[in-house]
Amino acid sequence: MAPANTHQAKTQFGYRRHPDQDRPGQSPAEHPVVIVGAGPVGLSLAIDLAQRGQRVVLLDDADRIGEGSRAICFSKRSLEYWDRLGVADRMVDKGVVWSVGRIFHGESQLYQFNLLPEDGHKRPAFINLQQYYAEAYLVDRIGDLPGIDLRWRNKVTALEQRNDSAVLTIETPEGAYRLHAQYVVACDGARSSLRQMVGAEFAGQVFEDQFLIADVKMTAEFPTERWFWFDPPFHAGRSALLHRQPDDVWRIDLQLNRYADPVVEKKPENVRPRIARMLGHDKFEFEWISLYKFQCRRMDRFIHGRVIFAGDSAHQVSPFGARGANSGLEDAENLSWKLDRVLRGTSPASLLESYHVERSMAADENIRESTRSTDFMAPNSHQEARLRKAVLSLAKETEFGKRMVNGGRLSVPCSYDTPLSSRDADDWRGGPSPGCSMLDAPVAGQGYLTDAFRQGGTDFTLLSFSNGAVLEAPDGVRDIRIGGEGGLADPSGLVAKRYDAEPGAAYLLRPDGYVAARFRHPTREAIASALSRAAGLN
Amino acid sequence: MALSTSSNFARPDDAFRAIVEAHRGLTEEQSADFDAALVLILANHIGDIDVLREAIGLAKRRMIDGQQQQQQQQ
Repeated sequence: MAPANTHQAKTQFGYRRHPDQDRPGQSPAEHPVVIVGAGPVGLSLAIDLAQRGQRVVLLDDADRIGEGSRAICFSKRSLEYWDRLGVADRMVDKGVVWSVGRIFHGESQLYQFNLLPEDGHKRPAFINLQQYYAEAYLVDRIGDLPGIDLRWRNKVTALEQRNDSAVLTIETPEGAYRLHAQYVVACDGARSSLRQMVGAEFAGQVFEDQFLIADVKMTAEFPTERWFWFDPPFHAGRSALLHRQPDDVWRIDLQLNRYADPVVEKKPENVRPRIARMLGHDKFEFEWISLYKFQCRRMDRFIHGRVIFAGDSAHQVSPFGARGANSGLEDAENLSWKLDRVLRGTSPASLLESYHVERSMAADENIRESTRSTDFMAPNSHQEARLRKAVLSLAKETEFGKRMVNGGRLSVPCSYDTPLSSRDADDWRGGPSPGCSMLDAPVAGQGYLTDAFRQGGTDFTLLSFSNGAVLEAPDGVRDIRIGGEGGLADPSGLVAKRYDAEPGAAYLLRPDGYVAARFRHPTREAIASALSRAAGLN
Repeated sequence: MALSTSSNFARPDDAFRAIVEAHRGLTEEQSADFDAALVLILANHIGDIDVLREAIGLAKRRMIDGQQQQQQQQ
């Protein structure tokens, strides 16, 4: 259905002819990177690469930002990434900040959870923001960066792989042209045409149960929390979700049975009574209605010759857990610095293989988590339903039962078991181990550790805890010093605590904020060796 | 082997009896519900995924042995 869009004006873009289209067919223009698909993943990747000094061509087959709220939950990790891309403030200002979720069974609350129960983090656990706002802000940011050439109504229709490049055929309103790219990044979504062009399978599981999404506009006083029901009185025997978005829009997600007729169920006159039963009134307008089946699928390999897949084109998960858009943004963050180094020649092309290794590991984790949530919501057999019933009833009186109730496990950054990490040689009782994402904490003057990380640029960083002795970072590695003369003060002690660090310790952070190595007593040689491993030079 | 299969109850008959008696008077459906809850409670008490997996493996072998016996009889 066509939603009542109030946002169309700022999301419509025009096709413009580019001089590349005037070149003769046998000598197409050459570009280092062509990104296909201007969704959240493609847009973020383009900004990241451009900030690293790369020239990027970004193609999209439409001339507008897609309709419908679609992805709405953006994670702390994604916000920290968008901070580095210069867009997080705008997202957070517009978005609805939340960290608390409640799970209900029937009429009563089973339990509530807080995804970020501690202070001292710059960004909240999550914001809710309609995907069209996120995309619009990213497109605005692209306007600040001369390195990005965003071409609307440019549809890739053919791909030719060569040894050291790929040639794309692109259809436009004024006919076709070709582009020569050293690397193509396919961010063209779950129905990726690039994936079909490389002939890759997209194997996995399609779940039979159907879910109805309705975004409704209404004024309501529900708190800004994620509410999830098993077997609610207004929707007996199935699950339901209610979650706030900006502009008085509320996401409602209702489980339907597997035999429901999508055409019938999507009709507003049929959706309205369902929602009215839930809300107890019918004073709301529809923003967007969609019906879908869960799918959990991934490509076997995320890299095919010179084409690299990121986001939904490479992996698809069910939506309860906010693992779709957020994992796509993690793909972009993981790929960007590696592709930049390879294009500069500071790392060998084999570094890109670690993108496949790390992000396919993350995809497996996301698929595993979201499959478990889906199976819990829609049991596959009588016995599975029986076990779920036992969990729900035990949850009323036991803590372990509450923790087994699975109404969606929300996205957190994956830990990588990766050849880029150097194993711990010392004893650590806490802190992020190699392969884990860095943790935020407040620092004096700078605001937060993630600010200090962002402000110094986007290369490898040595985070060290001063003991008075001088620890020099290797060439090309940035320094963040905690404590000591000229270092950042840690007045709350939270940096040292969260990193389990005593004076003298140091962490080597990758450009994507992951820990490459850590040392209780760092030496120049140990740091250099870890750096070389993390840059794929070994 | 993390799973203990030696006899851990001083009076094993009491343990068996306690479970049997818990099922008395229940319908098939209620018995199955009861078992599901009991399994989850005991699994959490054990609190060790390796032990749980071994226990599942040991229980599952009954199904496989049962199938093989059936096949031999046919």
